[in-house]
Amino acid sequence: MSTLLQMNGISKSFPGVRALSNVNFDLQKGEVHALVGENGAGKSTLMKILSGMYQADEGEIELNGEILRKTGLRDMLKAGISVIYQELNLISHLTIAENIFLGREPRHKSGLIDWKTMYAHVEELMASFKIDLNPRAKVYTISPAFQQVVEIVKALSLNSEILVMDEPTAPLTGNEVDRLFDIIANLKSQGVSIIYISHRLEELQHVADRVTVLRDGQCITTKPLSELSTNEIIHHMVGRHLTEQYPHADITLGEELLRVENLTKKGLCRDVNFSVKSGEIVGFTGLVGAGRTEIMELIYGHRKKDSGKIIFRGEEINMRTPRDAVQKGIGLIPEERKKQGLILGLSVFDNAAITVLERFSRFGFLQRKVITKKVKDMIRDIDIKTPSTNQLTQNLSGGNQQKVVLSKWFIRDCNLYIFDEPTRGIDVGAKVEIYKLMQSLAGEGAGIIMVSSELTEIMNMSDRIEVVFDGRIVKEFTKDETDEEEVMEYSLGLREKDVPA
Amino acid sequence: MKSPDIRHIMKNYGIVIAFIFICIILSILSPVFLTKINIINIVRQTSIYGIMAVGMTFVILTGGIDLSVGSLLAVSGVACAGMLKAGYGPFPAFIVTILVGTFFGLVNGFIINAGKITPFVVTLGMMSIARGLTMLYTKGYPISGFDEGFRKIGGGYFIGIPVPIIIFMVTVVLAWLILTQTRLGRYTYAIGGNEETVRLSGINAPFFKTLIYGISGLTAGISALILTSRLNSAETIAGTGYELDVIAAVVIGGTSLSGGRGAIWGTFIGALLIGVINNGMNLLGITAYFQLVVKGIIIIGAVLLDRLRD
Repeated sequence: MSTLLQMNGISKSFPGVRALSNVNFDLQKGEVHALVGENGAGKSTLMKILSGMYQADEGEIELNGEILRKTGLRDMLKAGISVIYQELNLISHLTIAENIFLGREPRHKSGLIDWKTMYAHVEELMASFKIDLNPRAKVYTISPAFQQVVEIVKALSLNSEILVMDEPTAPLTGNEVDRLFDIIANLKSQGVSIIYISHRLEELQHVADRVTVLRDGQCITTKPLSELSTNEIIHHMVGRHLTEQYPHADITLGEELLRVENLTKKGLCRDVNFSVKSGEIVGFTGLVGAGRTEIMELIYGHRKKDSGKIIFRGEEINMRTPRDAVQKGIGLIPEERKKQGLILGLSVFDNAAITVLERFSRFGFLQRKVITKKVKDMIRDIDIKTPSTNQLTQNLSGGNQQKVVLSKWFIRDCNLYIFDEPTRGIDVGAKVEIYKLMQSLAGEGAGIIMVSSELTEIMNMSDRIEVVFDGRIVKEFTKDETDEEEVMEYSLGLREKDVPA
Repeated sequence: MKSPDIRHIMKNYGIVIAFIFICIILSILSPVFLTKINIINIVRQTSIYGIMAVGMTFVILTGGIDLSVGSLLAVSGVACAGMLKAGYGPFPAFIVTILVGTFFGLVNGFIINAGKITPFVVTLGMMSIARGLTMLYTKGYPISGFDEGFRKIGGGYFIGIPVPIIIFMVTVVLAWLILTQTRLGRYTYAIGGNEETVRLSGINAPFFKTLIYGISGLTAGISALILTSRLNSAETIAGTGYELDVIAAVVIGGTSLSGGRGAIWGTFIGALLIGVINNGMNLLGITAYFQLVVKGIIIIGAVLLDRLRD
């Protein structure tokens, strides 16, 4: 084998976060190299640098022994690097062949499209990799599994030597996974190299030659798969983190605030049972896509449940819209701060006050003085760093933006707060402040649900931990009865058999 | 330090500067332009679509559009004429006219929200529906000849100022109050800024959006009163093409077509600017055909400026 690709000392920072620091990564010709790590460990960032979507702050990329000077999207594509993204980028009403040759359709001299050559090309390509698909089929008629194959063929048609597959098996069923592995084996035998990103550690044994583990933007280890057990991989993924940043508080739990019974929504979650007491912080963890956010959206009325009960403060309630939940005293700090939490083009005042305009208005007219005082007090209490209440929220830092989202619920005095990834993309200092705020809310008797992919955060902040896998709560732990590795095993679905039926 | 300040002024008050600039040029080119009669003329002519532009500002602030305003004006106008001809006094006619406009506006809003259809399509359809209903009702003939009292709305004066101008001013001030001092106003900006966030904040966004299309219809009803009274006739083709001037006034006034940003004073100046340009070109003897070309260029130019701002 010879080294095809070498990424040396790659570093990349975003405002407030160091996403990658001094990462080394290499790929041999014809190998499948698995890239694993917790959510936010830096896998996506590294691959985005490889695909040219991001530019590294430091470090260089070597291909076939030559350092690449230009690393833009087009340059990387030309250099033979293709990424098969989780969200497929196909146009569903065009045929497979049209999708593959989109933008570079073979043409006759007259300028009209040479359909014959196009289909012949695609058929030939598929035959050489033993893929059985009709190039004339419209993309919407084939399953997601095959759509992924179309993406792969598209990459091959560009003469790509390196394929990056991001969670390729996530949307696939068992049979389809086996087929994909066959195709990967075929690709390997023809000298194509593959970088394989997956959370499903058990499947690595079927495909991967080597494994690289990333954690907190650093490369922890690179070893042949045969030298690493699944347990060791998990250990490397989780690592040892500092715990001092998590404040401690002794809060006596009150009575039950929320109880969820057999909550089910087809395709998203099934038979979800849990409860939250007053003063309690319940942590929800699991992989991205496991259904954590969806469960919260069902409780919040943002999605409609199929069946199950939601009992809030002793009364069964049916949330039809978020408005119902808010009126009952539930506040959601959503996962996507900029898309769902804030109105970026409006001021701190407008964002913070939006939930109480109704409460503080008379005949439709706002009691500006009252509201302004509330907002100003809130800014002071939770220390939002902004030059004035009129500052547009788009000009604030991530941490301060998040605090504005918090303030709009604090100002309402909710009974239950749902925090979905509350500290994503914000710096360590602001994180600690948000933890403290969560604890002071709990201390005042509010119930808190915290959804997070950051295991240390879950471990250190939660009184109780619910692990979600594949739309179900597969395990419930109380504080201090488990460790990160055990939680990770459940998150990865490795201990599924333990689940009571 | 100096250049950012100039940029700031141009960004926020460019429209005012453009307005003053155009007025100065026109006053040099035409001796009539700055006379009292001409100025009153301009504002009076501006009132009709200026009032609708106020309603349209709400709609565009939410990120929507209302193409049906011209047709809503026509259907409200014939409703008014019908009432008057049936022997009702000016006051019942007045109420019905405004209710008809508001009703059609609310229907727009209801369909947009209930059917989750883009405002462009719904109001385009309504543009045709309302026009068709107008023609069905009148069978294509104008309804004209009303008594003296009603005609004062469009032609009368109050403390020396033409009534339409007073109505226009009152509408602008009310809209300003609503947009800055009420819940509805703040929600209007919020919905245009990010509807998802508004919904997740526990606000019944569809309800407020529907109301806002109702406001647009309401302003079309008010304009219908003025136009019908002034012409002493309700025409089936009344208001045809008005959506162009109305939307242009809002956009020139700096309200972003993607919603969430803008102010009523901008619309006010935008409407006046269009009035001044129309009037100026008439004074200079520029043909109506060429005027259309100029107006189109100004609209595209205004949106282009808005893009450059970001």
